[in-house]
Amino acid sequence: MIAAPKRTDIHPKERRMILKHADDPSYDTSVDCYIEHGGYETLKKALTLKPEDVHDHVMKAGIRGRGGAGFPAGMKWKFLDRKSGKPIYLICNADESEPGTFKDRQIMHKDPHQLIEGMMIAAYATNTAKAFIYIREEMPHGAVILEQAIEEARAKGFVGDKIGGSDYSCDIVVHRGAAAYICGEETGLIESLEGKRAYPRIKPPYFPAALGLYMCPTIVNNVETLCHVVHAVSMGGEEYAKIGTPNNSGTRIWSLSGHVQRPGYYELENGKHTYGDLIYEIGGGLKPGRQLLAVIPGGSSSKVWRAGERFKGKDRGGNEYDWAIEDVPLNFDGPMTAGSMSGSGAVIVVDDSVDIVDVLANINAFYAHESCGQCTPCREGSLWMKKITSRMTSGHARPEDVDLLASIGDQIAGRTICAHGEACAWPTQSFVAKFRDKFLERAERQAASGSGDIRLI
Amino acid sequence: MSDQPDNLITINLNGKDVQVEPGLNIIEAASRFGIEVPHYCYHPHLSVPGNCRMCLVEMGMPGKDRATGEPMLNDDGSPKIMWVPKPVIACATKIAPGMHVSTESDVVQKCREGVMEFLLVNHPLDCPICDQAGECRLQEFATDYGRGHSRFVERKNVKPKRTRIGPRVMLDDERCILCSRCIRFCNEFIGKPILGFTERGSYSTLTTFPGKELDDNYSLNTVDICPVGALTSTDFRFKMRVWFLKETDSIDTESSVGCNTIVGSREGKIHRITPRRNDEVNDTWMPDSGRMLYKQVEADDRLTAYSIAGKPCSGEEAVKAAAELLLQGQGKVAVVGSGRLSVEEQFLLRKISEVLQSAPTYAVARYGEADGKLISADRNPNVRGALLTGMIGNLPEEQLEDLRKKLESGEVTHLLAVGEDLAEAGIPAELLKQAQVVYIGTRHCDTCQHSKIELPLLTVFEKSGTFVNQQFRLQKFNQAVPGPAGTLFGLSTFTKLYAALTGESPYAPSPAAIWTHMAEEIAEFSGLRYQDIPKTGKVLDGSRFDKLPFREGASLHFTPAAETANA
Ligand SMILES: Cc1cc2nc3c(=O)[nH]c(=O)nc-3n(C[C@H](O)[C@H](O)[C@H](O)COP(=O)(O)O)c2cc1C
Ligand code: SF4
Ligand code: SF4
Ligand code: SF4
Ligand code: FES
Repeated sequence: MIAAPKRTDIHPKERRMILKHADDPSYDTSVDCYIEHGGYETLKKALTLKPEDVHDHVMKAGIRGRGGAGFPAGMKWKFLDRKSGKPIYLICNADESEPGTFKDRQIMHKDPHQLIEGMMIAAYATNTAKAFIYIREEMPHGAVILEQAIEEARAKGFVGDKIGGSDYSCDIVVHRGAAAYICGEETGLIESLEGKRAYPRIKPPYFPAALGLYMCPTIVNNVETLCHVVHAVSMGGEEYAKIGTPNNSGTRIWSLSGHVQRPGYYELENGKHTYGDLIYEIGGGLKPGRQLLAVIPGGSSSKVWRAGERFKGKDRGGNEYDWAIEDVPLNFDGPMTAGSMSGSGAVIVVDDSVDIVDVLANINAFYAHESCGQCTPCREGSLWMKKITSRMTSGHARPEDVDLLASIGDQIAGRTICAHGEACAWPTQSFVAKFRDKFLERAERQAASGSGDIRLI
Repeated sequence: MSDQPDNLITINLNGKDVQVEPGLNIIEAASRFGIEVPHYCYHPHLSVPGNCRMCLVEMGMPGKDRATGEPMLNDDGSPKIMWVPKPVIACATKIAPGMHVSTESDVVQKCREGVMEFLLVNHPLDCPICDQAGECRLQEFATDYGRGHSRFVERKNVKPKRTRIGPRVMLDDERCILCSRCIRFCNEFIGKPILGFTERGSYSTLTTFPGKELDDNYSLNTVDICPVGALTSTDFRFKMRVWFLKETDSIDTESSVGCNTIVGSREGKIHRITPRRNDEVNDTWMPDSGRMLYKQVEADDRLTAYSIAGKPCSGEEAVKAAAELLLQGQGKVAVVGSGRLSVEEQFLLRKISEVLQSAPTYAVARYGEADGKLISADRNPNVRGALLTGMIGNLPEEQLEDLRKKLESGEVTHLLAVGEDLAEAGIPAELLKQAQVVYIGTRHCDTCQHSKIELPLLTVFEKSGTFVNQQFRLQKFNQAVPGPAGTLFGLSTFTKLYAALTGESPYAPSPAAIWTHMAEEIAEFSGLRYQDIPKTGKVLDGSRFDKLPFREGASLHFTPAAETANA
């Protein structure tokens, strides 16, 4: 088996909870190694508690979803329709495909048992009948590691029948995804897991907590989210909540990419650092002689920030803030306050060596390619935006494209079946709003050189 | 409305409080008040995928204080409406008491403009050669809700233009708006996955699964429900612009289900038959086989001319000669009617057989296997009409054994066969040869060869009248095209024959006139007037025939599959 490369340059500012052992050269993915490091003790502890009490720890810990929306996990579990009497399913969303995101794979490749333990605790707390790991198709190695780990955990009685000698049984099935971004959207994932095209479902009525997998109540949580469950139960919900900042508890793994000296994954305590810390200190800053142009703060679908812009106002608690990008707190609420989102925790740094129109064209190509094609605005709008921006980059930009792009984005967001509508509209809407001058400049430059005409073919 | 339910709920539609039955979605509720919510993917008899986004509306509910649960009020004491920040799809949103809905706000109009623009950006400019033109939702909604100009200057997507996906259905993928109606129809009504999408996003392409063909006897319903010209009928393709078609309500005569249909004709020629919605009978569907029945009008074996002993004559002469011939056999005449005749024809035929003292009157049964959908085991459309009118007293039989014996014994010497081929019904040629036969029928058949007098019968498309289906539902059909040139119109063949036999003319040859007689004589028809029979039919009391062993069994109405999540 190919060993995943270990990071030796763990930054001193990191607080490694989830990735505590991941990069330890002597640590491997075997169950024995995990147990040696205290693994599965928390599951044993959980099994001595009532499921409600385990759930209560997760509630009190305030674990927020690490998959994109940041929704509190404990609250999500509360929505489960238990009156239906149908079996409950738990799905671990391991489809990690938002461009810029590469954190879940570290966990699965380097510490799979942590995820398995987290899933089994979550399963016990919610009385799950069967659990699934839906892993991105392009991570075949991760699937093999997980399968082997589950096998070993099963042999030790941590997965499968009568877990840890208790009355509770639950198995985990690893399912390899269908190789599309939309398979990561939870209801698309469910359809795909059922063997169909990953067409997201309409909500209402198909909320997973009531009508999920096989029309049974279902929880979908991200890999990282489920790992945090182990720590919340291990140290107790209240203790866990003290890590990070209020409403932004715990740590988070940030995937830093783009024009920085040290791209990579960094696990940091929520809210104790800023985007400036991540980019300049932890990430080693920009390359020599370059200027910051933009930051995409939470995965390629999040709204872009332009270098030099300021975010001012009053937050929910009534506190005034006046931030540059560098001041925005690295947590769930910070980027939201600054008009964007932390999304999947993927921070993409863009310097002045690239043209912003090219950046958007690249993003648009991705979302047009990944629209499932089910609903009209996203299906047609995403491709139209892509066609426009790729035309612009091939020397045929028109000044009117700027408003047209914005208007197309406005015709998509908020009108689609799933959040891919926003995912494809937000980049265009925000790039055009924040870099209007650059877009116009490009069109005018091309008009001046006579290449701005549309080729009729 | 007579059967208005008393559990109506109040919702507010565009600022007006209205009362409506609960359980409806917003599209259906609004349509009750003449408000159109444009939609593509939603179909009342299929699951709801919510994919076209054409039906977006604004919706709000009366607010409730989170802490106290008390209703929130405006300053004037009216309930405070908490509008949902994003527009909702009217197809998948069920109404609830107090719900406020706006189908005309600026936001809603913008949503529609947006969706229309998106649907058109990659749509081909095929209207001038597209069969759907004139009944195309894309054309209609583009006119009603679109912006009227295009901002698209990129290249349009290219997709397969001419795919034969079944013997009767052609697909043009460029016109497909990916609403998935046809896919859901196959999954949910036919019960087999046949169609699906390949590719992704805007390049999604409808196609058949490998090795599968859309060859089911219900395949043409996909053409009906396709909101655009992506699916077309090979039979109708490029034949006629739809705006030239005259539409006539009719009934599918291939079985006792009695699917409600629309016959599309122009200048006396029928071009297509499509289903007509009747949720009590056929919902919005009909079999492909029933659509092809119009071909009998111009079939090669169609009987179009009157003749006496093989010599052509006028209708009047034929009727007169028939009456004379039959009167000669008075007492030894047998009448064979048909479960395919209209109620009115069956009634008149009963009157005729009474004059001829022919009892019983025969009818020929036609049975086949029920398809579990819209073709029942009884392939006669109107056996119950024959029973109600008293044309027959018992269920028909497939072979006319009794009649054969009477012909053999000489008990019967004269035959009046209406709409049935006696040779097919088990009467040997030599017996027919010996007998004096008057044949009234739609087509040439073996019986004709031995008949003295032939009279053409009108097909269901050439006359008006009623049938009674398996549910004892009385259903009306109307004349779509004239009969063959020179034929007696409407019920004249029957009324004139009666008059020629009796010297009296109590019956005018129109269904309405016959109904005044039937309403008096037949208990189940009492009080009914022809013009009062509703479009969706009227269920009659069939209890007089409770004991008869009808073949249809319990499946009196097809029930569509339950809703599924996604098609
Ligand atoms: C287009 C789209 C793609 C998504 N992809 C992923 C993904 O790859 N991994 C993931 O965990 N969540 C993804 N999500 C979010 C999931 O729908 C879901 O909210 C999440 O898995 C819930 O887990 P959490 O509450 O633990 O974050 C995606 C959402 C959208 C709209
Ligand atoms: S928003 Fe896009 S990805 Fe989501 S269902 Fe609609 S077409 Fe598919
Ligand atoms: S489907 Fe409608 S809009 Fe498209 S070409 Fe045919 S008639 Fe025109
Ligand atoms: S062929 Fe017609 S019915 Fe089928 S998906 Fe396309 S537009 Fe809809
Ligand atoms: S009718 Fe298509 S989304 Fe409602």
